[in-house]
Amino acid sequence: MNRTKGDEEEYWNSSKFKAFTFDDEDDELSQLKESKRAVNSLRDFVDDDDDDDLERVSWGGEPVGSISWSIKETAGTSVSNHEGREQLKSRNSFSSYAPLPKPTSTYSLSSFFRGRTRPGSFQSLSDALSDTPAKSYAPELGRPKGEYRDYSNDWSPSDTVRRLRKGKVCSLERFRSLQDKLQLLEEAVSMHDGNVITAVLIFLKRTLSKEILFRELEVRQVALRHLIHFLKEIGDQKLLLDLFRFLDRTEELALSHYREHLNIQDPEKRKEFLKTCIGLPFSAEDSAHIQDHYTLLERQIIIEANDRHLEAAGQTEMFRKHPRKASILNMPLVTTLFYSCFYHYTEAEGTFSSPVNLKKTFKIPDKQYVLTALAARAKLRAWHDVDALFTTKNWLGYTKKRAPIGFHRVVEILHKNSAPVQILQEYVNLVEDVDTKLNLATKFKCHDIVIDTCRDLKDRQQLLAYRSKVDKGSAEEEKIDAILHSSQIRWKN
Amino acid sequence: MAAHLSYGRVNLNVLREAVRRELREFLDKCAGSKAIVWDEYLTGPFGLIAQYSLLKEHEVEKMFTLKGSRLPAADVKNIIFFVRPRLELMDIIAENVLSEDRRGPARDFHILFVPRRSLLCEQRLKDLGVLGSFIHREEYSLDLIPFDGDLLSMESEGAFKECYLESDQTSLYHAAKGLMTLQALYGTIPQIFGKGECARQVANMMIRMKREFTGSQNSIFPVFDNLLLLDRNVDLLTPLATQLTYEGLIDEIYGIQNSYVKLPPEKFAPKKQGDGGKDLPTEAKKLQLNSAEELYAEIRDKNFNAVGSVLSKKAKVISAAFEERHNAKTVGEIKQFVSQLPHMQAARGSLANHTSIAELIKDVTTSEDFFDKLTVEQEFMSGIDTDKVNSYVEECIAQKHPLIKVLRLVCLQSVCNSGLKQKVLDYYKREILQTYGYEHILTLHNLEKAGLLKPQLGGRNNYPTIRKTLRLWMDDVNEQNPTDISYVYSGYAPLSVRLAQLLSRPGWRSIEEVLRILPGPHFEERQPLPTGLQKKRQPGENRITLIFFLGGVTFAEIAALRFLSQLEDGGTEYVIATTKLMNGASWIESLMEKPF
Repeated sequence: MNRTKGDEEEYWNSSKFKAFTFDDEDDELSQLKESKRAVNSLRDFVDDDDDDDLERVSWGGEPVGSISWSIKETAGTSVSNHEGREQLKSRNSFSSYAPLPKPTSTYSLSSFFRGRTRPGSFQSLSDALSDTPAKSYAPELGRPKGEYRDYSNDWSPSDTVRRLRKGKVCSLERFRSLQDKLQLLEEAVSMHDGNVITAVLIFLKRTLSKEILFRELEVRQVALRHLIHFLKEIGDQKLLLDLFRFLDRTEELALSHYREHLNIQDPEKRKEFLKTCIGLPFSAEDSAHIQDHYTLLERQIIIEANDRHLEAAGQTEMFRKHPRKASILNMPLVTTLFYSCFYHYTEAEGTFSSPVNLKKTFKIPDKQYVLTALAARAKLRAWHDVDALFTTKNWLGYTKKRAPIGFHRVVEILHKNSAPVQILQEYVNLVEDVDTKLNLATKFKCHDIVIDTCRDLKDRQQLLAYRSKVDKGSAEEEKIDAILHSSQIRWKN
Repeated sequence: MAAHLSYGRVNLNVLREAVRRELREFLDKCAGSKAIVWDEYLTGPFGLIAQYSLLKEHEVEKMFTLKGSRLPAADVKNIIFFVRPRLELMDIIAENVLSEDRRGPARDFHILFVPRRSLLCEQRLKDLGVLGSFIHREEYSLDLIPFDGDLLSMESEGAFKECYLESDQTSLYHAAKGLMTLQALYGTIPQIFGKGECARQVANMMIRMKREFTGSQNSIFPVFDNLLLLDRNVDLLTPLATQLTYEGLIDEIYGIQNSYVKLPPEKFAPKKQGDGGKDLPTEAKKLQLNSAEELYAEIRDKNFNAVGSVLSKKAKVISAAFEERHNAKTVGEIKQFVSQLPHMQAARGSLANHTSIAELIKDVTTSEDFFDKLTVEQEFMSGIDTDKVNSYVEECIAQKHPLIKVLRLVCLQSVCNSGLKQKVLDYYKREILQTYGYEHILTLHNLEKAGLLKPQLGGRNNYPTIRKTLRLWMDDVNEQNPTDISYVYSGYAPLSVRLAQLLSRPGWRSIEEVLRILPGPHFEERQPLPTGLQKKRQPGENRITLIFFLGGVTFAEIAALRFLSQLEDGGTEYVIATTKLMNGASWIESLMEKPF
């Protein structure tokens, strides 16, 4: 199958790619078929249980006896005992719980903090630690019954870090001087254990002033990076932004602020938040995108309110015939353009929801615009609009067909939207490259084009081959026969 | 049993036994009958080291998954929580414990943190008022989990992001700890090689940890000759390309998790006479994939184009074996035939499964889009037109193909061009943001920070030098009977594996120039051995290299290393360790920014 090249041909001409070929493809497939057949025929005379001698596997796939299998099994048996009903009841209440979140890491300490957003559960750890200065960090965790008390007041920083690393209970409160605290941090950093580093950082964050903390971390890059990661995880946005400001890392500051919008569900509030992002020190490119993001959401809110109203009123034919599947809020720009080409195609440029207005506001390139409009209009089977999309008039008033995306792609999109053969045929004919045209015509069964092209190419063999593909006794067959018998054509083969 | 772990040169069952022993010891600390409440994520990795039977031997009578509100009823003395140290899990545990106390007889609670105990989690339990309820709070350091006879993984999904984006070294610390455990079991590794910033740090940590343990001299005869530590960011290219080995394609298309794969059930419906087609299963078919299965061990690392012929040969052999029954005349012969039946039936089941899987994969690999995508990948990797906007990528965006696919291709192009021209990069960025949403600005920044998608600096493209020196692109690749590692990507030889290959012969001194282009330092360290433990290699005996991929490894790279191990005159056999088994899609996904 030839790739359709069209106007991007220049990218391809020089390509001497080594393709991943299944050159003996039929052979390959038949090999698979063969082994399949053999397997199936074997079943005929060995008709005992399939899994007999393989490891026993339940249909879910867990080998019988595996842990995940046994959880279902042992949990299951208890349902049938006398406590079954209560069991079921409590199980039902479980089902309202969302499954546990996928971990980003089993290891990183900082990932332990992700849990704080469990709705309505507990205040975040950082709040707990910073808002209640009286509460000491992990000093005397409730003694487990079996553990004896080996608490000592004079662990050195390195002993303390070593103990923390082993998960032992240890008070950090004794380290009062800045020097002691920094030594503690350095010990932790030299162990490379993120768990301990973060533990010490939390202690420092609570007991040092912001200015001193930032100043000291600026010259301790490893600890600094751990703090940044930690603040991101627990979502202490305020301190994080302060830190970036202090370090003069302006782009990170901007991105980090922008990131917050992901957590805002309410569209109005999200829009207002995005407004605060405009003018932050992004790169020039990003600044434009952020501005567009804001403008787009602003538009969507207007369009959404308007269209929801129209739809509910039930007076507009368009919405009655094609009810909206989802709200347009927070959809990407191209999706919004599609929506607008679908529901608001004919609107004047002055309205916010008109495609032309969107195109101008967001400087959508021609190609992108035509692709999207084509897809939307084809979906509605508005062939007249499709036609208009590609018709240009020159100054003499002659019309001409032009497609910035290449007619081969127009054909593909029309086909995807199940355009009738007559329409397809029209656009296949406009494809310039003969090979591409022939391929498309064959693929989409535009018989006339295939036949005429073969005739023009004087390719008798290909025409003969095509004859076997059309229906017996059809008009196409007759046409082919007439051409084949014509004495006027000098066949090249 | 896990016999397949002992098939290789290094018996990884020793490691498995060691972690099993540790588990048993913990269970025995909690005397009496027990129920285990599982953090669901852990059941996958735990399944690789223990079956339910082991737990049952130690009086584990019930097992549940960790969920909110109250625990299911269980008439046991001990309730043990097996959890990762994550705060949100602590909240659930507290809920369980608090609602438990109101009912009847008091029971003993315990927590086993995997892979480590966390003071912060305990602080959380204390805040919730339940810390005192736990008798044992311990950690179970399951750092490296044996997956196969030559494969170990930490299964730490966020490792790459943490190391290269956040510069959080915690997973490196765990890697070093895992390596110390390995050395405790398999002897000190006399030579350490490495390339990359993280590799350097892991080596430093190991050396420091060794100093701390000077008291106890390791008296085990060393099994490994070398350790090679490799940063993933030394080779960002390989995982982006589509893997073309059998196992690699299964992973690309269906995703292999903890050596299990879930497949669409239709192809696996039992076709027996009598129940013609009714009751088609709707639940995904789950299969375990490891070298314990003879047929899988044979085909997993082959180029997919070479799998069909093996399957068909196998089919003939098995058919012939079953035909043998006609020739069995005497009682003795029949008895012999019958004794072989179990093995033959297992082989037939295995063949049936892999024939079905191969058909599923074939449906994908023969599609036009797969072909187009591969064509573009191979153009990029062989250095063709990497500095222009690619029309296939453009088309993928226009047709709104999955974002991960688009990002993977754009990153591949960027890596194969030492960064994209600013104009090209800006164009791709704008197209992506307009089509998939502006919020992906954050993801694009992450990719840039990781070095995957960036502007070309100084207008210099180093990739051709690297490609030529390391012979990354091979024009004459033999997929059926490979002679070079490039068969795993049908032409592209994975950079990471090439580095390993060149290290073993003729040594890295021959490629100093390229090593300087690749990021991070390269180094060599020696760990002196007492004279009694120094190895005298027999002539013809292969060296064993432990290669550790920091930030993840793909199945295709593993296949390439196995290929090198099996070379007759290769001289080196590899055992592979990693922070995570991954592919391009799971990798990119781990770098995408989501709401927190």
